[in-house]
Amino acid sequence: MATTANPEHVPAHSDHDAHDAHHDHKPGFFTRWFLSTNHKDIGTLYLIFAIFAGIIGGAISGIMRAELAEPGIQYLGWWVNFMGGEANFDQNLHMWNVLITAHGLIMVFFMVMPAMIGGFGNWFVPLMIGAPDMAFPRMNNISYWLTTVAFCSLLFSMFVPGGTGNGAGTGWTVYAPLSTLGSRGPAVDFAIFSLHLAGAASILGAINFITTIFNMRAPGMTLHKMPLFVWSVLVTAFLLLLALPVLAAAITMLLTDRNFGTTFFDPAGGGDPILYQHLFWFFGHPEVYIMILPGFGMVSQIVATFSRKPVFGYLGMAYAMVAIGVIGFVVWAHHMYTVGLDVNTKMYFTAATMIIAVPTGVKIFSWVATMWGGSLEFKSPMVWALGFIFLFTVGGVTGIVLSNGGVDDNLHDTYYVVAHFHYVLSMGAVFSLFAGFYYWFPKMSGRWHSEFLAHLHFWVFFIGVNVIFFPMHFLGVQGMPRRYPDFAEAYAGWNEVASWGYVIMAASMVIFFVNLAYAFLAGRKAEDNYWGEGATTLEWSLSSPPPFHQFETLPVIEDHHDHHHHIKPAPAH
Amino acid sequence: MESDITAMILRNLSRFVFAGAAAASLALGGAAAAQDTATETEQAAQVEQAAGDDAPAAATEALADAEVGEEAGSYEYMGPDMIKGQPENWGWTFQPQYTETGESALFLHNAILMPVIVIISLFVLVLLLLVIAKYRRGANPVPSKTSHNTVLEVFWTVIPALILLGIAIPSINLIRAQYKPAPADAITVKATGWQWYWTYSFPDNGDFEITSNMMDEAEAKEKGFPGQLEVDNRLVLPVGVPIRLQTTAADVIHSFAVPSLWFKLDAVPGRINEKVLTIKEPGIYYGQCSELCGARHGYMPIAIEAVPMARWEQWVAAQGGTVGGDTAEDSEAAPLAAPASSTEGAETAGEAPTDSAGAAAEAAN
Repeated sequence: MATTANPEHVPAHSDHDAHDAHHDHKPGFFTRWFLSTNHKDIGTLYLIFAIFAGIIGGAISGIMRAELAEPGIQYLGWWVNFMGGEANFDQNLHMWNVLITAHGLIMVFFMVMPAMIGGFGNWFVPLMIGAPDMAFPRMNNISYWLTTVAFCSLLFSMFVPGGTGNGAGTGWTVYAPLSTLGSRGPAVDFAIFSLHLAGAASILGAINFITTIFNMRAPGMTLHKMPLFVWSVLVTAFLLLLALPVLAAAITMLLTDRNFGTTFFDPAGGGDPILYQHLFWFFGHPEVYIMILPGFGMVSQIVATFSRKPVFGYLGMAYAMVAIGVIGFVVWAHHMYTVGLDVNTKMYFTAATMIIAVPTGVKIFSWVATMWGGSLEFKSPMVWALGFIFLFTVGGVTGIVLSNGGVDDNLHDTYYVVAHFHYVLSMGAVFSLFAGFYYWFPKMSGRWHSEFLAHLHFWVFFIGVNVIFFPMHFLGVQGMPRRYPDFAEAYAGWNEVASWGYVIMAASMVIFFVNLAYAFLAGRKAEDNYWGEGATTLEWSLSSPPPFHQFETLPVIEDHHDHHHHIKPAPAH
Repeated sequence: MESDITAMILRNLSRFVFAGAAAASLALGGAAAAQDTATETEQAAQVEQAAGDDAPAAATEALADAEVGEEAGSYEYMGPDMIKGQPENWGWTFQPQYTETGESALFLHNAILMPVIVIISLFVLVLLLLVIAKYRRGANPVPSKTSHNTVLEVFWTVIPALILLGIAIPSINLIRAQYKPAPADAITVKATGWQWYWTYSFPDNGDFEITSNMMDEAEAKEKGFPGQLEVDNRLVLPVGVPIRLQTTAADVIHSFAVPSLWFKLDAVPGRINEKVLTIKEPGIYYGQCSELCGARHGYMPIAIEAVPMARWEQWVAAQGGTVGGDTAEDSEAAPLAAPASSTEGAETAGEAPTDSAGAAAEAAN
């Protein structure tokens, strides 16, 4: 591999477009997709996997919304029978708990994380820093396949006994003692095993990203010239590296409590169920930033591109993410305000949690300032990014309400919390995922999606998710507890509205898949830099799709390149 | 030591701010009672109560005995007309609050948090609409090159920090109020969560125990009560006096939650959690288990019936319990003894609920 920079090449870095044809040979199908060590192929695998998991997780939420459309238990028995059980009152209710557990775990570990980090991270971190691949290509492959095995383990857990019925009905938090003494049978063990594997995959991935970003940046690409998406993945990788081992420890203790007679979380043997919650949320709170930070990064790239302006306050944006990551580690017990914390602890976590609003506010205002004075073009990624900024703000401010320990005494474990975290994830993270998808899809596939359908998808999805989740604030302040398969009649009105919202959202997903089919069947070919002069990071210097191996001659980031523009030619002297 | 100093500083700061908040609340129509006044009133009430205890015990006891003799078994539960704390269809605000802490929390939410978050959301929305209109490509074909402005950046870091400080101080004061320990003579109730019902015991009142299961939905509706919220045996509590409400669980974690009393406290096996509850008005207040506890998590509601003290004493008597000072020694022993019983429960967790609770309830009846 040539490492000497060729200054003549700098303007476009398209070092080998001309001779791609004869040395860009790809391995055969099995070797390419099952033994892959190519970051772009692994990224594609992750994206396909995340879409597949998203369909399952989304379908489960459809079952849930159908069940909650009216009071009473309507459909759960059918699902118990369908999954090979025998419907009765308790089995049906257990099925509900299995569904909420599966929905949460699938969406967190097998949809958002693989799409954000495994998918877009793998695809674009090496491209954006001018690296030929990830630092450890084979470890990258292990990460991917561990994730798929983890997913299989989770799905398998739904078909084996888990206490009252088949499947793990513990919620995604797997609180002891419900997950230990309260759930006999192997289902919870399979779910724990799934988390172990997914966690191991993520730790390996995190090591890979950190090494890649620290060691494989193109000459001249200093940390302070890196695109914000790369910054976001770097911070995320550190969060993964520090948080997941704690989860692994917690669920290993669960496993030994369940199977080997230890009593870490069992008061009868001197253990404490609250210890599990501390360990879980020490992981769990950074986890929510793991899910949103890469989204922040993507939105920064997209807003700058379609404003034709550098991101406003680049350093502030980068270090706001670092600050969010650091503070994210010291606020975990705000998930535990009602467990019986002492007064000083509760005061501390209230104050510390609120502080996160400051760097988050910096990001929101910087995005607005990036657009201020810009020349805005409303292509589909930009529309999704704008939707993200507003809806993430709405989700963020309800977080400020919940951060108040005294107020949370009423709202904790109600639908207000469900509304809050779906606004930041189902709208925050997912909107940024779709923004990133439409931004880079032609780059990845070489074919254009329909911009019309992408816009239509946005509007229908926007309406749908708001109709689902906004009424949940009302249900929450009215006191409806979460994780209930049935409810008092007073909660019927808003629940029915939310269920209709699901129908609208599901229709928008049909549009998405039609758009995908259109792109692959009839989409026109994408140019190298199809977004034009606003798109200034290194991936736009390559063909669409990029060659199988890119940057065989490393691109050079020159003095005239700032953090924003990595491909403009040197100014004439 | 450091934490003491911090706490002291916070206390002084919060006192300062709360005075302002209280003034604001009065100005806004007194949505929340001024905390200081409330505290004074409560203390006065406690003094009175203490005085009552000191009065010739024999006379009080004789009176109580007489009442018990006449009224035992004759306690009548409230009808649907007394329901105060329950959700309403299409409701979109908090349930009305019937405790001091609930009122001040509601004030914090309605008068401080809601305006702040609505203004922030609208501010961001307006900014977005403004840039969309003003800086679309058609209106502004040549982008500016501005990429930083230190003054602006400091501004939007400091202003939100100040807003948060403004929220944090009353918020921390609210927590302090909620954690005020129960006075020594408070009535103690221990709520134990089981899969999937609640038992309530009264260690200061002869340690009787009642078991509270969800009332069949059809039966509840027939009687005019909300389905899935009504129970067979309500937890009857006196109004206007502080109640030391302790929670624990026998199997898995449950959570004792009553939205209209702004009360939610997890019931954790092996632990006793404790919080003061002072209900202002007689009435029925519904709540539901709020921590996932297995299959019938959705079907273990809580119903509190708050009644005047004399009525409560009747109810206690009807359950076979005792009232008055003669159980003072028991009451001191009870909190110490309690964790042991919860550990017993934890050993049997995962099995079918033991009969002892039901038997105790039957015996009490």
